[in-house]
Amino acid sequence: MASDPLAIPRLTGQTIRWEKRQRRSDLSIKGKAYIAGAYEHPTRKAPDKSIAQLHAEVAKGALEDAGLTKADVDGYFCAGDAPGGAMAMVDYLGLKVKHFDSTDTGGCSYLVHLGHAAEAIAAGKCSVALITLAGKPLTAAPPPRATGAEHDFEVAYNATTHNIYGMCAMRHMHDFGTTSEQLAWIKVAASHHAQYNPHAMLKDVVTVEDVLNSPMISDPLHRMDCCVVTDGGGALVVTTPEIAKSLKRPLVRLIGQGEAIKGPRGGEALDLTYSAGVWSGPVAFAEAGVTVKDIKYASIYDSFTITVLMQLEDLGFCKKGEGGKFVADGNLISGVGKLPFNTDGGGLCSNHPVNRGGMTKIIEAVRQLRGEAHPKVQVPNCDIALAHGTGGLLGVRHAASTVIMERV
Amino acid sequence: MSDKPKLPSPQGNPESKPFWDAATQGKFLFKRCNACKEPHYFPRALCPFCFSDQTVWEESKGEGKIYSYSLMRKSAAGPYAIGYVTLDEGPSLLTNFVDCDLQTLKIGQRVKVVWKPTDGAPLPFFTPI
Ligand SMILES: [Zn+2]
Repeated sequence: MASDPLAIPRLTGQTIRWEKRQRRSDLSIKGKAYIAGAYEHPTRKAPDKSIAQLHAEVAKGALEDAGLTKADVDGYFCAGDAPGGAMAMVDYLGLKVKHFDSTDTGGCSYLVHLGHAAEAIAAGKCSVALITLAGKPLTAAPPPRATGAEHDFEVAYNATTHNIYGMCAMRHMHDFGTTSEQLAWIKVAASHHAQYNPHAMLKDVVTVEDVLNSPMISDPLHRMDCCVVTDGGGALVVTTPEIAKSLKRPLVRLIGQGEAIKGPRGGEALDLTYSAGVWSGPVAFAEAGVTVKDIKYASIYDSFTITVLMQLEDLGFCKKGEGGKFVADGNLISGVGKLPFNTDGGGLCSNHPVNRGGMTKIIEAVRQLRGEAHPKVQVPNCDIALAHGTGGLLGVRHAASTVIMERV
Repeated sequence: MSDKPKLPSPQGNPESKPFWDAATQGKFLFKRCNACKEPHYFPRALCPFCFSDQTVWEESKGEGKIYSYSLMRKSAAGPYAIGYVTLDEGPSLLTNFVDCDLQTLKIGQRVKVVWKPTDGAPLPFFTPI
């Protein structure tokens, strides 16, 4: 059996100190920042545009959605996909900002940015924060993943997303009896949602059998266990309660966020069956003052089917090892199961701009909270939603971030 | 892919030099902390558990078992198997499994280190015993 992450002595000491640390409510971001604008680029293939241009287009889209202008922006957030980083982007976009953050933790960067933007707004560092993601991996390969001190000791082994997430799935199956059929249900649920999304890359509903019959890419993951590769992007505008209430959009506010990083830690007590979500989740839930039972809709980063299954377990939607049972039989399909997830079709079917899925996870959660998801997948009375993702390589070094949002 | 000639040469640095020097003599080193007694890999000057600088080199027998693996069915260099080995001495490390029928790999299988040449120091891979 896999070890319990909270039972590893060395980790436990840190985790207890960390989680028992009293959060002073006046230092919380709860209710102090609103998501006023959200925009997903409709493109999935953009050979005729530049990457910086796509950033500008999503920035414009999110500001128009909010009813704000570029001149209102005084904070900017971007990650490794932004050409030249914050300095080059602020200049290219013609912004004048007094706060910026270019934290890069792969696909979950934008979930981290959302939390950091809320912190900055709560501290009065800025009042209208813009977060952008865009890129075009179909036209040109994204820059190589940055490496650290481990470089010489790992680079020769050709870690890719496919084989690293495959290793996690292999060990999860070994420890808990998780099956390929159960993983396939995650793709099936995503495809049921994608059929209603006119922009989705893959709109066909698929069956468990379709997934199992798709070619094996890296054992035990089949092609249909893997997300799509798309050009595109998305952006968010985060602002103060006062400004949000002066706008005409439905009110969606942030009530909790957590972030964490997990790696092999010197090779001690290696356990690939859990992610850093076991640490980011409890922090976000504690700050929000809600539990998994309160979550009406969940956006869960679906780089691969196994990513979803592990994160659902780590966030406490089911017990560790029971994710297979939890996702089976359509439990993630809106209107059918208990936990509607990724109602836009997610990264598995709709969109995965620059191989970074965190932004689109937030955007679909905002649509759900506003009541603006497609009517066929809209969750009734969706008042509290969660968006969660990992970035980096799940089975090696990765970050996770959990965001909990509320319709006011 | 182990028989493809172009494995990247370790760049090395003052912190890792003893590891690569030993590797050229076929010795597989890891580090142990004299303060907390815990072993770790890849090697650090300061212990990643207690931050003591009293870390010392120790030679591994180079044997362990497969913690997990995944067989990449296609790549520019052909199929290859990535995975983690848990050394008998304790630490787990990322590697590739080579010189065997990749279809028969199993979690828990016993493996041992094999060195593969580069233009510089050789690199540790693992093969079933
Ligand atoms: Zn130590």
